[in-house]
Amino acid sequence: MRRVSPFGGLTLGVVVTYLSLVVALPLTALIWQSTKGGKTGFWESLTSPEAIAALKLTLGASLVVALINAITGTIIAWVLVRDEFPGKGVVNALIDLPFALPTIVAGLTMLALYGPRSPVGIDVAYTRTAIVLALLFVTLPFVVRTVQPVLQELDRELEEAAESLGASNWQTFSRVVFPNLLPGILSGVALAFAKAIGEFGSIVIITGNIPFKTEVSSVYIFGQIESGNTSGAAAASVVLLTISFGVLLLIGALRRWATRHHA
Amino acid sequence: MRHLTRPLILLATALLVAIPTIAASAASKSAKLTLVAYSTPKTSYDQIIPAFEATRAGSGVTFGTSYGASGTQAAAVIAGLQADVVNLSLVPDMTTLVKAGIVNETWHSIAHTNKGIVTHSIVVFAVRPGNPKHLKSWNDLLKPGVDVITPNPFTSGGARWNVMAAYGAWRKAGATHKQAVAKLTTLFQHVSVQDASARNALQTFLSGKGDVLLGYENEAYAAKKAGQSIQYLSPRSTILIENPVAVTESTAYPQQADAFIKFLFTPKAQALFADNGYRPVLPNVFKKYTKVFPTKGLKIFQITDRLLGGWAKVQPQFFNPKTGIMAKIEAKVGGVSG
Amino acid sequence: MRRLTLRTVALGYLALILLGPLSIVFWRAFEKGFGPAWSAVTNPEAMHAFKLTLEITAIAVPANTIFGVLCALLIVRHPFPGKGLLNALVDLPLALSPIVVGFALFLLYGRTGWFGSWLSAHGIHVLFAMPSMILATAFVSIPFVVREVVPVLREIGTDQEQAAETLGASQWQVFRRVTFPAIRWAVAYGVVLTTARSLGEYGAVSVVSGRLAGQTETATLYVSDRYENFDIVGAYAASVVLALMAIAVLITMNLLRPKEGVH
Repeated sequence: MRRVSPFGGLTLGVVVTYLSLVVALPLTALIWQSTKGGKTGFWESLTSPEAIAALKLTLGASLVVALINAITGTIIAWVLVRDEFPGKGVVNALIDLPFALPTIVAGLTMLALYGPRSPVGIDVAYTRTAIVLALLFVTLPFVVRTVQPVLQELDRELEEAAESLGASNWQTFSRVVFPNLLPGILSGVALAFAKAIGEFGSIVIITGNIPFKTEVSSVYIFGQIESGNTSGAAAASVVLLTISFGVLLLIGALRRWATRHHA
Repeated sequence: MRHLTRPLILLATALLVAIPTIAASAASKSAKLTLVAYSTPKTSYDQIIPAFEATRAGSGVTFGTSYGASGTQAAAVIAGLQADVVNLSLVPDMTTLVKAGIVNETWHSIAHTNKGIVTHSIVVFAVRPGNPKHLKSWNDLLKPGVDVITPNPFTSGGARWNVMAAYGAWRKAGATHKQAVAKLTTLFQHVSVQDASARNALQTFLSGKGDVLLGYENEAYAAKKAGQSIQYLSPRSTILIENPVAVTESTAYPQQADAFIKFLFTPKAQALFADNGYRPVLPNVFKKYTKVFPTKGLKIFQITDRLLGGWAKVQPQFFNPKTGIMAKIEAKVGGVSG
Repeated sequence: MRRLTLRTVALGYLALILLGPLSIVFWRAFEKGFGPAWSAVTNPEAMHAFKLTLEITAIAVPANTIFGVLCALLIVRHPFPGKGLLNALVDLPLALSPIVVGFALFLLYGRTGWFGSWLSAHGIHVLFAMPSMILATAFVSIPFVVREVVPVLREIGTDQEQAAETLGASQWQVFRRVTFPAIRWAVAYGVVLTTARSLGEYGAVSVVSGRLAGQTETATLYVSDRYENFDIVGAYAASVVLALMAIAVLITMNLLRPKEGVH
């Protein structure tokens, strides 16, 4: 354990202060507000049928999206690192586009593209498919960008050695490449999941927002705030946060295990 | 590039404090009124404000404006958004301001201000050009295959007017409370999208979804005027939408704010509202707009009607998020028991 | 053969998820020709909105960058109990719905909030003014620099730094001469992502800004305002500008970066 030098002490101080001001304080206020209704109020908010329905939809959609991204993100990262084709640089740059586009614009384009006046004839607006499509757009960069650097650094020699020893493509992939990619994929999946859970701007326009059917948690929370049920809104937010926090912690631990196991 | 980190942090912090402080102290000396309103009257105020500034009472007065969803705007004012004049979508939103001490409880008893109600509108059906499904009455909406668009009553003031219009119309036609609630349930089974706000609902309808949109007459008017492909008609029985306006307690310019409110009730301002699709509250101005706002055969009732009982009764009865009638209907329609 | 299949899958997926929305934005913006799109983004209200967005970004991004580098250093180089928690806390803003972020800021700085009365008594306006908009933007874009720098810091190890220290270099010199050059591109990429996210922030800012026309209306709020007033061209034209701003930052960074594999 290195001694905490003055530089380390100052670093710690600045980091904690900034993080507290920007992140921790608002979160604390939120948690405080969620307890305003008392224990019964908190429990009621959590177990209200509408809140549970919204949570199920949110978690379900986010999980589906995270898993799809695990596969497609890895494939895209693979193609971007190992393949060569004209325009690859442009494609690489475009991966970050979902970050650049304001969420509200993403929502509007989803509606234009997959709605009733769709130029490609796909009309899935206001259905759960629409939610998944919108979430796939906003979470696109996560897995790709966490896997790419790992792939780039990956020791080709290991792969070539395995191949020269007679391992099949699949064996090389599953025994040599994949275990090294796993931490990166896991990080990306965790981030994509966290992002999907909280997404509001792109979804609110394209979902039907029908309570119990096509209403996600972020929209439910918005409704609670609008109807003055602030402690209920806070309680639901705290639940989402706790789930995300748990997932992030879990994935962090999994990453450390995977790294140690296969380093 | 030496030792940049610490000075940079200090600079950023200093900026964070300095910018707003400097801005605040550079406030202008002439009267500046901030109008916080719900989203729809924007085009009206774009014309009314310059008209007011041209009058003697309004000369030298400048305006700041903010438009957004009624409930959100009310919440912002309660959280400290400095407002001199507030114009909201419905009375319950104004009541939250009274409860928070922002608006005086006597806001609706100022002379010559029509009890604080500055504009009227009605709930109408917005349909596709030519009204292909021939939707004319509330019962037509319950026919199989009709896709209805309305905002979510828990997030949108406009949606609450829609619900009370439907319920009230059926009660006025002779249905009992139970029967009307049953019809309301059927109506919501026909609703395929419940947007968060009236404006979003309009956008949804214009994007091609749904057969009929329930909403404000003035919104449909504005859309049609803006060249959107929409047509609207009023069912025979519908509710009168009343939008409240008030001066806040914390205004720094009470004289000018009062003058502005009074101006809103003059024929000139009311005519400007009418040009933007609102029904004027002054009878002699309304008379001039009968072509735009037909009244023949139309039975317009108010929220204070005997069968409804006013917002004080209706708000908790229908719209309490846990025990309200709409909460139960949403649960039923969503396939959840209880 | 396998290479081609993977490439097809990757590019096909990207076309579906990414290209669609992108083309719609450009198509709709220029549907009525260049003129209307141009005037939609050069009128006074639009110019003020873009200026405001750039001002907010110009403060939030450097602040988050400094924090990001320090935080990454802390996480990787100075182990301390609770490190896993800090790691997860930094990623948490991704999971929080922006509406809730704004709402939490209300709880803190609102008229009846924790700091509200003290602040207004001293004439400091946080809500409905720049400070809260900066705080909201900083909140949602906090994770990116940290996420980019941490893996690189882990990768490069401490050998070079320790060598420098034994040769008598001070903490600052080690950082400036050894550490920073190694993480330079990770920081740059993190800055790109942070900038893109800050430019596109909508939900949280719309809640805390009070939507004061000509005063607290950012570019994304301008987009939604245009859309709500049936000015489709205006809404998309402004979105094009926002997307181009972010892409410009991205391309600049890509141009400055040395080719893959060179450190």
